[in-house]
Amino acid sequence: MQKRVIITVLGKDTVGIIARICTFLAEAHINILDISQTIVQEFFDMIMIVDLQKSTLPFADVADALDSIGEDLGVQVKCQDEEIFDKMHRI
Amino acid sequence: MISKREIMETNRMIEEENLDVRTITLGISLLDCISPDLEVLKRNIYEKITTVAKDLVATGEEIEKKYRIPIVNKRISVTPIALVGGAACHTPEDFVQLAQVLDRAAAQTGVNFIGGYSALVSKNMTAADELLIRSIPLALAGTERVCSSVNVGSTKVGLNMDAVRLMGQIIRETALATQDHDSLGCAKLVVFCNAPDDNPFMAGAFHGVTEGDAVINVGVSGPGVVKVALQEARGKDFETLCETIKRTAFKITRVGQLVGKEAAEKLGVPFGILDLSLAPTPAVGDSVAEILEEIGLESVGAPGTTAALALLNDQVKKGGIMAGSYIGGLSGAFIPVSEDKGMIDAAARGALTLEKLEAMTCVCSVGLDMIAVPGDTSAATLSGILADEAAIGMINQKTTAVRLIPVIGKGVGESAVFGGLLGYAPIMPVNTFSCEAFISRTGRIPAPVHSFKN
Repeated sequence: MQKRVIITVLGKDTVGIIARICTFLAEAHINILDISQTIVQEFFDMIMIVDLQKSTLPFADVADALDSIGEDLGVQVKCQDEEIFDKMHRI
Repeated sequence: MISKREIMETNRMIEEENLDVRTITLGISLLDCISPDLEVLKRNIYEKITTVAKDLVATGEEIEKKYRIPIVNKRISVTPIALVGGAACHTPEDFVQLAQVLDRAAAQTGVNFIGGYSALVSKNMTAADELLIRSIPLALAGTERVCSSVNVGSTKVGLNMDAVRLMGQIIRETALATQDHDSLGCAKLVVFCNAPDDNPFMAGAFHGVTEGDAVINVGVSGPGVVKVALQEARGKDFETLCETIKRTAFKITRVGQLVGKEAAEKLGVPFGILDLSLAPTPAVGDSVAEILEEIGLESVGAPGTTAALALLNDQVKKGGIMAGSYIGGLSGAFIPVSEDKGMIDAAARGALTLEKLEAMTCVCSVGLDMIAVPGDTSAATLSGILADEAAIGMINQKTTAVRLIPVIGKGVGESAVFGGLLGYAPIMPVNTFSCEAFISRTGRIPAPVHSFKN
């Protein structure tokens, strides 16, 4: 069964945001299910849906790692279990 | 699959509109700790609380991280201590020792408040009940995290006016015992009518005797989210207004349900209830008063306030009930004056009076909450206010609570500062005509008739 997690990235656009995040996800065996990304007035905005089922790292470590990648890049990277969105928006 | 718009909406609520889960409260029964030996009792209580609640704070933090939703408070409620300590405590000072044990257990588990230093005396007081009540000023002055509550009446049995009279004195004594901190002790003391057994909110939380060994109860929040949603409904009809509140309440409550179920599962404790009260904080944009003003009042307290509040709370319940599997606790509007920026401003500009606040409690407000009154307010007058509020609860078959702070050494025009979530409050004037002769009468007000409603 999939263990779906939403990753949102928000901040000033810079070179290599997607590359850094995707490299980390690949190394941790985290599969990307969907990506949607826009840039509005130099602001980078990305939402990814990923599957942690085969991840080599537990959720908390993934969240911490993404936090520090975000700090490096000067953007906010947030990792949340999909259930909070499902529960709020689906009956 | 979840859409980008939905993801952004949820995260906007959390980041910009102060959506949070206000509290996960672990209720713990202490009935199996009872011993006639005070030292054994103290050891049993400490061990039970620190064992059952040892993972509470860590579990809360884990859930916060998983969903990135703040869980503002992790708290504990226990069986009313008058019941637990009755066999071992023979003086008020004995009970104070139990308060100190609760305080230490709370510190050890990392919770900011522990509730249940309580007595349920709606009909009459046992010797132990009275000893506990008389120990409250010392207990609250000598501890940091302990919260106390006393239930003085109910719709079924009427009002125990001996307890009402005593509580007026106890509130004054608590104010005097903590006068160095603007009488802060009174902020941790609630007087109830129809107190619920499963309330997760402090200072009135206790673990009722109808509950099991342990339970997780959750208080949701989110006045800021409702206010922002209502900006879209400006100038629209009541149907649109009500639908907007309901839809928003549903979303907020679903988050509480998710967090509560998950906390219960991780802790291996049954999930009890969700409390639907919209709980404000002193932060800008996290205010129930601001919702009422968004609905169309120049200031909370203006004519129309009671109707707007009735509408708001009923819609919150209608939306929230469908979102949660079990609803309980207080589930009313919290309008604590010191803890809500909009209420503080309304009181300061003279738009809001004690009498209007009392009227608001007739429809759905939980009570006269966190109201600072002049330090020279007499015990009889405090009892009179308690009696009025309890009568509203008794007759209307609802919970009412009073948390009054007579700020020793201060008067109208000055402010009391409590800090943190407890906020600050302008001191409100109190009607100075006497009710001494009324309050001096002994005995009970009989239970009301349950028919011929008018």
